[in-house]
Amino acid sequence: MSADNEKQQRPDSAAARPGARSEWAIELEKINKSFGAVHANKDIDLKVRRGTIHGIVGENGAGKSTLMSILYGFYTADSGTIRVNGEPHAITDSRHALALGIGMVHQHFMLVDNMTVLDNVILGAEDSPFLNKTLSRARQQLIKLGEEYSLEVDPDALIENISVGQQQRVEILKALFRGADILILDEPTGVLTPAEADHLFRVLETLRAEGKTVILITHKLREIMAITDEVSVMRQGEMVETLQTKDTNPEQIAELMVGRRVLLQVEKQPATPGGVVLEVENLSVRDRLGVDRVKDVSFSVRAGEIVGIAGVAGNGQSELLEAISGISDPHSGSVRINGQTLDMRGDDGAARARRAGLAHVPEDRHRMGLVVTFEEWENSILGYETYPNYGKGAILDSAAAQAEAQKRIEMFDIRPANIKLKTANFSGGNQQKIVLAREMDRDLEVLVVGQPTRGVDIGAIEFIHKQIIKMRDAGKAVLLVSVELDEIRSLSDRILVMFDGKLVGEADPQTASERDLGMMMAGVEQAEAAE
Amino acid sequence: MDIDLILSMANATLRLATPLLLAALAGLYSERSGIFDIGLEGKMLASAFAAATVAAVTGNVWLGLLVGVIVSILTTMLQGFASITLKGNQMIAGVAVTMLAAGMTTFLGQTWFSQGGRTPQLRGDSRLQQIDLPFADQLAGVPILGPIYSEVLSGHYILVYVAFLAVPLTAYVLYRTRFGLRLRAVGENPKAVDTAGISVTMQRYQAIFITGILAGLSGAYFSIAQGAGFGNEMTAGKGYVALAALIFSKWRPVPVMFTCLLFGFLDALQIRMQNVDLPIVGQVPVQAVQALPYILTVVLLAGFIGKAVGPRAGGVPYVKER
Repeated sequence: MSADNEKQQRPDSAAARPGARSEWAIELEKINKSFGAVHANKDIDLKVRRGTIHGIVGENGAGKSTLMSILYGFYTADSGTIRVNGEPHAITDSRHALALGIGMVHQHFMLVDNMTVLDNVILGAEDSPFLNKTLSRARQQLIKLGEEYSLEVDPDALIENISVGQQQRVEILKALFRGADILILDEPTGVLTPAEADHLFRVLETLRAEGKTVILITHKLREIMAITDEVSVMRQGEMVETLQTKDTNPEQIAELMVGRRVLLQVEKQPATPGGVVLEVENLSVRDRLGVDRVKDVSFSVRAGEIVGIAGVAGNGQSELLEAISGISDPHSGSVRINGQTLDMRGDDGAARARRAGLAHVPEDRHRMGLVVTFEEWENSILGYETYPNYGKGAILDSAAAQAEAQKRIEMFDIRPANIKLKTANFSGGNQQKIVLAREMDRDLEVLVVGQPTRGVDIGAIEFIHKQIIKMRDAGKAVLLVSVELDEIRSLSDRILVMFDGKLVGEADPQTASERDLGMMMAGVEQAEAAE
Repeated sequence: MDIDLILSMANATLRLATPLLLAALAGLYSERSGIFDIGLEGKMLASAFAAATVAAVTGNVWLGLLVGVIVSILTTMLQGFASITLKGNQMIAGVAVTMLAAGMTTFLGQTWFSQGGRTPQLRGDSRLQQIDLPFADQLAGVPILGPIYSEVLSGHYILVYVAFLAVPLTAYVLYRTRFGLRLRAVGENPKAVDTAGISVTMQRYQAIFITGILAGLSGAYFSIAQGAGFGNEMTAGKGYVALAALIFSKWRPVPVMFTCLLFGFLDALQIRMQNVDLPIVGQVPVQAVQALPYILTVVLLAGFIGKAVGPRAGGVPYVKER
């Protein structure tokens, strides 16, 4: 790297950047990028006006993150032109982008967990080979930036000890410390509580007021409507349209995103709950470090109802799910299905739970739901491979298994409809459908679903929601755990809120306001402090 | 236990800990950058052989030391090319380098010198000399500190002092410099380093360059300082013991030093205990005593370091998504 770049990277040179008068902060022309056979970006044109908040929406795999990674120099485009502040640049790496005043807050934070906030902020932007000077300058500037944009963080805290919301602040501070005046945020609210998200939006508005340009990648239409000035819609690697936010509405954007009209509100009849099927009593889960993750949780789910567990990620929902489905042993308490207590001890607890009629769609399909290097049909029987339908003894009847997989592919509209395709080659939404089909298409009593639509595009979300409601209408007990409040509110017949391992409240989805739920999700005391 | 015994044991501990310390610090730079280095042993062997050969042929020990270090750097770069640029498996690259070194040193030694793989005996200026620290003799009479200075600290090979000075230097580099910050970051989360505008590849090559230097010094110590010439497999697994010390100290420079001193002490003890009658058990077979440091290595690794979590990106070649 040339010494020239090194110099440009310093924040004080930001003002000296050429072409600072151009109306457009970013102009992309005919950007193309392929990964092997996948054409992730096709002839993309995009103009981002200086001093605005510009939203980019699209389904998963629409090419939003790829496009922004090209702008940030993480990937290099196969062809096309990038103009920053009116000047053409071939951005070959992130250092180059940073030197041009472009900063990015990635969806998965680019932080070193066991280093301090301060160390993370200066990484790559050090003044000299020795750190002392940089550290003291950075400390002062961090405090100043923190006050200016209400982004206070403890400079000496270790990243692994601060909350996700705080970590995101560090990412924004990192960009500001480098003098970024164009800030890209990739799905920034996915990990935040509603209150934290509101705070983030206020920060972005402050940035805009100071003349900085913000590019916001999201799939949440509400955020687009709430904060952006303009919005660009991407679909299947192509730029569909750029609209003035004030002249459009969520329905129009959604339609552009998926290419057809979708129902944002889930249609469902009122529930007609029957007898109690799933009972959880005084369940506690302790992790390996001896920390209680789930604390004395009791609730029940009746036949023909959907009970939703809302909460900010990391408040014990995952541990609760794993205990109920028999994956991990609870510390105390019991789980009953139709009055029969599940024996969850040992490594085959999950198999026993399954035999008792509990189907489990795990939160993380890659970690728990699928072996992505398997062919589709193999995943379609995973966990059920010893069942008599698929052969006797040690011999697998692959013809029967494949026939069933084929049937499910049609039933759940899994695309491409090829049972011999490697699972990794399916999109996120279709992978999720593979798991759902496997778990739902059998005789079951209780369906336990974790994050059913995480990383799934809008078209598939709609389909998955309909399937879950169909299970309820068929008289099954459904337990739904999701960090998407909208999903919980639109699907559930009853909402339980989990905070810090405890169930802290119950709400009726018809009447509870988002604010009330948000306060419960943040723990009521904390919410009061934030008000 | 008389005072002379204690002093001579302490002296031997420093002497025997030195190659371990150099090797463990070598491993520290590599592993902190995210490259697991199971090839330390190989680099040490290669350096030991190269240093002894050049010293024997030219009669100049410094030239020998220099060539030993260069050969170690080249070996490291070969291993680095496989595991950084070609993104190969780091364990296999390390094992391959070690096997290559073990075979090549014996083969070349036999071809060139026809002494069963040994290099000729080094004498005089073709071998490192022990250095007396200034005023060692004069201060010997000072109570307590005097003997420690003159009997324990003074009279070692220069590499002993280099090794122990490398400890605070490494700590400083690691925690107080830009290079160290980036080194620690690249071993934990290379993507964060990449997005901060730093080349992960360059950072890792720089780190293993230092590994090459230190492993070279460690290897040369065996053949041109402690020993007087190269013998087959003369590093005797010390590269692996150093690796164990590194893991046991959780990749931190100062604990690395203390762990290496402990291993050095055990080695000294092992030498001292040979042919000594112990109460009750009598004379312990030499082999059993010699095995002591290795047994401790196994015990420490198996029993005491359950929670030693290394650099999180260690062992994983850096590939951008897709």
